[in-house]
This record gives sequence, structure tokens and C-alpha cells, in this order.
Amino acid sequence: MEGKKFSLFDFVYKYGTVAVIVIVMLLFSLTNPYFFTYDNITDILRSISIVTFVAIGVTFSLIVGGFDLSVGSTVSLTTVVSASMMVWYEQGVVATFVIPIALSLLVGLINAFLVVKIRIPDLLATLAMLYIVNGIHMTYSKGYSIYANMPMTDGTTAPGKFQEWFLWLGQGKILSLPVPVILTFLLVAITHIYLTYTRQGRMLYMTGGNLEAARLSGIPVNRYRTLAYVLSALFAGLGGMLLAARIGTGQVSSGGSMLMDAVAAAFVGFSVFGAGKPNVFGTFVGAILIGVLLNGMTMLNLPYYAYDIIKGTVLALALAVTYYQLRRKRKA
Amino acid sequence: MSTLQMKGIVKQFSGVPALRSVEFEVKAGEVHALLGANGAGKSTLMKILTGAYQADGGAISIDGKEVTIQSPQDAKALGIQCVYQEVDTALVPYLSVAENILLDQLVSSKKKGFLNWPSLYAESEKILRGFGFSIPVKMLVEQCTLSEKQLILIARATVQKAKYVIFDEPTAPLSTKESERLFQIIAQLKSTGVGIIYISHRLPEVFEICDRITIMRDGQAVITTETAATSMDEVISHMLGKSFSEEFPKVEVPIGETVLEARAVAGGKVRRADLHVREGEIVGVVGLVGAGKTELARLLFGADQKDSGEIRLKGRQVRMTSPKDAVDAGIVLVPEERRKEGIFVEESVNNNLSVATLASFSPLGFICKGIESKQSRDLVQKLGVKTADIAQLVGHLSGGNQQKVAIGKWLNTDSRIFMFDEPTKGVDIGAKSDIYRLIGKLAEQKKGILYFSCEFQEVIGIADRILVMFEGKIVKELSRAEATQELMMYYASGGE
Repeated sequence: MEGKKFSLFDFVYKYGTVAVIVIVMLLFSLTNPYFFTYDNITDILRSISIVTFVAIGVTFSLIVGGFDLSVGSTVSLTTVVSASMMVWYEQGVVATFVIPIALSLLVGLINAFLVVKIRIPDLLATLAMLYIVNGIHMTYSKGYSIYANMPMTDGTTAPGKFQEWFLWLGQGKILSLPVPVILTFLLVAITHIYLTYTRQGRMLYMTGGNLEAARLSGIPVNRYRTLAYVLSALFAGLGGMLLAARIGTGQVSSGGSMLMDAVAAAFVGFSVFGAGKPNVFGTFVGAILIGVLLNGMTMLNLPYYAYDIIKGTVLALALAVTYYQLRRKRKA
Repeated sequence: MSTLQMKGIVKQFSGVPALRSVEFEVKAGEVHALLGANGAGKSTLMKILTGAYQADGGAISIDGKEVTIQSPQDAKALGIQCVYQEVDTALVPYLSVAENILLDQLVSSKKKGFLNWPSLYAESEKILRGFGFSIPVKMLVEQCTLSEKQLILIARATVQKAKYVIFDEPTAPLSTKESERLFQIIAQLKSTGVGIIYISHRLPEVFEICDRITIMRDGQAVITTETAATSMDEVISHMLGKSFSEEFPKVEVPIGETVLEARAVAGGKVRRADLHVREGEIVGVVGLVGAGKTELARLLFGADQKDSGEIRLKGRQVRMTSPKDAVDAGIVLVPEERRKEGIFVEESVNNNLSVATLASFSPLGFICKGIESKQSRDLVQKLGVKTADIAQLVGHLSGGNQQKVAIGKWLNTDSRIFMFDEPTKGVDIGAKSDIYRLIGKLAEQKKGILYFSCEFQEVIGIADRILVMFEGKIVKELSRAEATQELMMYYASGGE
């Protein structure tokens, strides 16, 4: 049984992330009066909204004991595809939504097929998919970002433009709250409820907790693992569309940096309030931590190429804490 | 003449005595059998001799001179070699036969720089030919058959000027002909003055090739005798110890119609198993470790796929491509490897107990947490699980309580066949009797029960009918009235 003795590590483990966020925010607000304004806070939330989408996808793959490295490429893919639907092909709501979503579902299914059916280790299978999907999005866009009035390869100008309602998703406001922030809150709430209160959510956790025990308990584990990979790709795909809406361009390779941020957020989330396993709420807190750090560093005028150092350090720290805790638990 | 002696060897594992002052000796040029039921302490004793474990007390001496064995290197330096049962753990699959045979030399060689391949191949070939083996030395070990791998291990053990060689269940993977060959090799080693310790469950071969026999039971060496001066029956009774007393009274239940029927089920290790279980009947399936009990249970549960045969439930054939199909059909299994297969250590008692019944109280997919926790609390009470709270992680419970949870998840499913694979393994005596009582209650509810175990005494106490397995086959069916431990051990060790 656990002792009642106060352990510094346990305290840090449970509340460390939240404490770091608070401390960092205090530090930044001391050095910059603008930091703690409503505008800047909503700015941070808006900037992390897309990463949160992707990170929740990663969380799903982690919950079933897997991993999905291909999420960044999926973001890039749906960004350019949704943009091209409007700009190149003058499509309306249906195609602009359905086609990118269908593509991301397809990516998820292929991932699941490789990992669950062919039994390639998850890291390797999704690494391959990372490159395949990235290559597809580059080939499709011919390496050019997609924006209104862009010159086409045949010398003409692109016929369409970004639709108002699409841009509203990324840039609009409801009651002075940015729409992407609202969408993020919605997604966090829905996935949290799904994972905590539904049978499927429970089964996902059981599958990841002990695959063989889950199988021998009559859980159709392969179905749940497939579901997790499909949801992972779907949320990444939605994130990509949101990204296109926010910047009003189908930026090529825009998802490349998302993988790292999303993975870091999900692993930071392990420890939030002592959950000890991947969870949506923790992931959201992790995304906030990264958003705050990036925002603060921007204000401090740090060169952008130094950001990766900070992000990598955050990930390493989160992993260190998670695995250290795991080892302690095993010993107990 | 050289003699290896182990005196007063004591070993504990976290307070539980595994060896209590064991005396054992082997002389040069003798084949000495080390026998005992599972858990008697044979492997522990041999692991101390080979330096894998350190004894807590006692002494090892060679020719009266005390030696210290702190590591496998020490043991090898003293000329003690072991041919392990799990050959794959001792061989490097992607190296050649030659490299594997000379592995110890390659590792300990003082020579730096390049390998002399021609001499490596020539030397290993000479060694193999000395035994009359013909394995291509350049072949990779991963392409070798199981018996070839074993021969490689034997060759490796002897090339080191071994004075004492331990054979741990060497014939388990071998065919009769290959076994004969092995016996010749053992005779050859013996004639060159090597002392051999021979561990086997197969009594006929022990009587064929061994000079002396030492029998272990409950961590002690109970007797050492000349083979010629004893009989198989005597050996068996020493292995089993005091005559059986019924500690756990059996519940008498009227036996109904046949529920489960397996016809010629085969797959993996299991060869054409026929069996049936009736309502309220407890069928014990016994056999020594490696007889194929677990494999049979997994085939009947759909956890592994059978190659042939059919499984019928109430006369209707059931197709099982996964355990889910079995569970849906009403067949459940409490698996042997509790922590790996039976429970979710990182999840709460509550989540563990509800995993199989969640669907029944999740309207629209949302879990009714009230019903769930009520069911869990009821089960905890019914099973006598000692836990502070249903939110407790199962990993923090004791082995017996974990097993109760692993069983408990099935209780509220309306399954008709309950299979238990070594359910009392690593379980304290109190939890054991709880588990027996629980199984008795299931029988009263007209469930059919298959009880797989290598604890013969337990099975006699609980089963209505007993099937004995040997090398993947059900070799004998015994009624409760006629079953004795001696008889079970006889058939389980390959007696005809």
C-alpha cells in the first residue's frame, strides 16, 4: 500500500506542469506588461488550437499503446487539399470538407492496416506513412503554397478564392472569443467525455493498458486499435483544415513542426494532476504550456530557430518524469 | 575420483524458502538424476551451481576443496557446464554453428584482431565429428532444428573440458531416435570421466541411463539412491510426499447434460484432443509443465487458432476466430499468466471487474457508473477480495486477490463454461480455499468447468473426472474414484 508520507516527487509529478505554466506566465508578465492582456491570452489559445487538435489525435494512439508519427504530414495534406478545393476547383462546402476528411480517414485506415494487421511496429509503420503522405501532399501541390489568385503552372491565375465561411472557422469570433478557440474547447470537452464516460473510451484504455489481457477479456482489440489510428488521423486532418482557415493559405509542409509539438503536449499531459496515462485534459494543458513558452519567447525576441531547443527540452523533461514515475510504480 | 558436493544449500526468495539445506553430490563418470515435482527446487539448486543465483547459505566443494561460485564465469572456470532447456536463450541465432560452438572461447580469447575463420570452422567440425554429429558448421543457427540446436549446446559444453555437465530436460524437444542418440552421447561423456546431472520428467529414460537418483521435494533432497535399488513407484511416492489428505471438501453436484464437446482439436503442441464437459461437472486436466495444458485451454478459448477439429457447445458447433467469439458463445478462461493476461495492473479493481459486462449497463454507450460500482462492490464482497476500495489499482493487491479479480470479471457474464488455467499458482493458502469454494459454487450453478493444473493433489480434491496430458495428447481419463496421485504422475510421465 502507499504510504501517506509526503513525497516531493509525487507533488511535482501531479502539479509540476500547472506550476510551471503559472510561473512562466508570471515571469513573462513581469518582463512584458502586454503578456497578461485578454488579447494576448486569446492569442495564445488561438495559436495552440491546431496543435491541440493534432495532440488529441496523438493521445488516442498513445491510449491504445501505439504511436502515430504521421500526424504532421496529415496536417500538411489536408491544408493544401482543402485550400485547393476552393482555390483551384471552386468547390463549395461539401467538397472542401468531405474530401480532406475522407483523405485523413484513409491515412488512418492505412496506418491501422500496417500496424494492426501486418503488425509492423507502430513507430516504423507511421514513420513510413509520414514520408508517403508528405510526398503525396508535395506532389499534389507541386511544392507551391495555395492562395487566391496564385499563378498556375499553365500561366493562368487560380480561378477561386478562400470562402468567407471557411476563413471564419480560423479567424472569426463569437462574443469576442476566437472561433478556433471555441472549436478547441468543444473538441477537448467531447473527447474527454467520450474517453471518460463511454464504454468505447474505457475499452480504448483497457486495450492500451494490457493488450493480451484485453483480448482475453473478449474485447475486440484490433477494432479499437484501428479506431484509435483513424481518430488520430481524423483530428490531425481537421487540424490541417483549421490551419488553412487561420492563415488563409494552403501552406506546404506546414504540418512538419506539428508532430513534435503534439507529441510533447501529449507526454506532458501524462503527468497532469497525476493521471499517469494519456488523457485529453492533460494534453490540453501540455499544449497550453508549449503555447505559453512559444509566445513568451516570441515576445523576448528569441530567434525562432532556437524554439526547437526549448520544445525538445520540454519533451525530454516530460518523458523523463513519465518514465521515472513508471519505474517507481513498478518497484512499489 | 573427482566429486562435486553441495552441502546445506539454503536459498530464499523474498522471505519464502526455496531450498532448505539441500545435500547433493555427483561423482565423475556417473549419471545422476535430479528429480522432483514442479517447484520442488531442482532449477533453483542448479542455478546456484551454475552461478546464476547465489546461495544464502551452505557450501559447494570439488574433491573436498571448497569453491566459490559467484557468477556463471566462475562455474565455467570450474568446469561446470549446463545444457539449458530453452536452447534459444543460450544460442545466438544469426551467428554460424561454428561460432556458437566456440562462443565461450571467442568471448574469453585474449587474442586481439582478426578471427581465423578456417581454423574456427575446422575446429568446430572436429568437435562435432567427435560426437558423430553432422551439422554444417557454416550454417546459421536460426536455420537449425531444435535438436540440432541442442547438439550444438552439448558440443559447446563439452569443448570446454567440462568436468560436470547439467542436462535440464534435454529430451523434451527430441524425437525418440534423437533421444537415443543423446543417450549415446551421455554414455560417451560418462566414459571420459564427466559427471552428469540429469534432470527429466520422463521416468523411463531416467531408469534407462542414470546410475543414481536424488529426489527433491519442497526445497529438500529427500532421498539419494542407486537406480538399481529403487522402482518407478517408489520414486513417484517420494516425489509426491505424504499421502494425500483432503483439505478442501468437494461440493457434490448433480451432473447434467453435456455442454462443451471438443472433437480431435489440434494445433500447436496439442494433438487431437477429445473431451467433453457436462453441466455442474468439474473436469481436471493435468500434466507436467510443458504437457500442453495451457495450449489446449487457449485453443478452446479461441486465443490461439486450432489447425483442425471442432468445438461444440450444447451440440452446436462454434467458430472461434478470437476470444471475443468464445466469450460471446459463453466460454471464458482465467489464464495462467495472471499479470500478463488476466488483469490490468494499472487499472482499478472497479475497471477490472466490469471489463466483460460493461455493455450490459452502458445504454447509448455511456457507462452507468452507479450500476458499475455497485456491481464491483458486490463482487468484491462475494469474492472476498481484500482491498481498501474499488478504486484501488489491481497491481497493488496480493497475488491471491489479483486472481480473485481475474475470476470475478467473468462471474456476472452468463457464461456456461469456465476454464481455469493454474488458478492457484502463486496464491496463498487462504485465497486458494476461496478459489476452490468459488469454483464449487459455479458448479452448483450448473456451469461446466475445466480445471487445468499441474498440482495433482488439488485436482484430485476438486475434480469429478481427470484427463491426463502428456506431450500434447490426452493420454488417460481417470474417474474421481480411481484417481491417485501416483497414477496421475505415472501417466503424466509417459507411462503406458
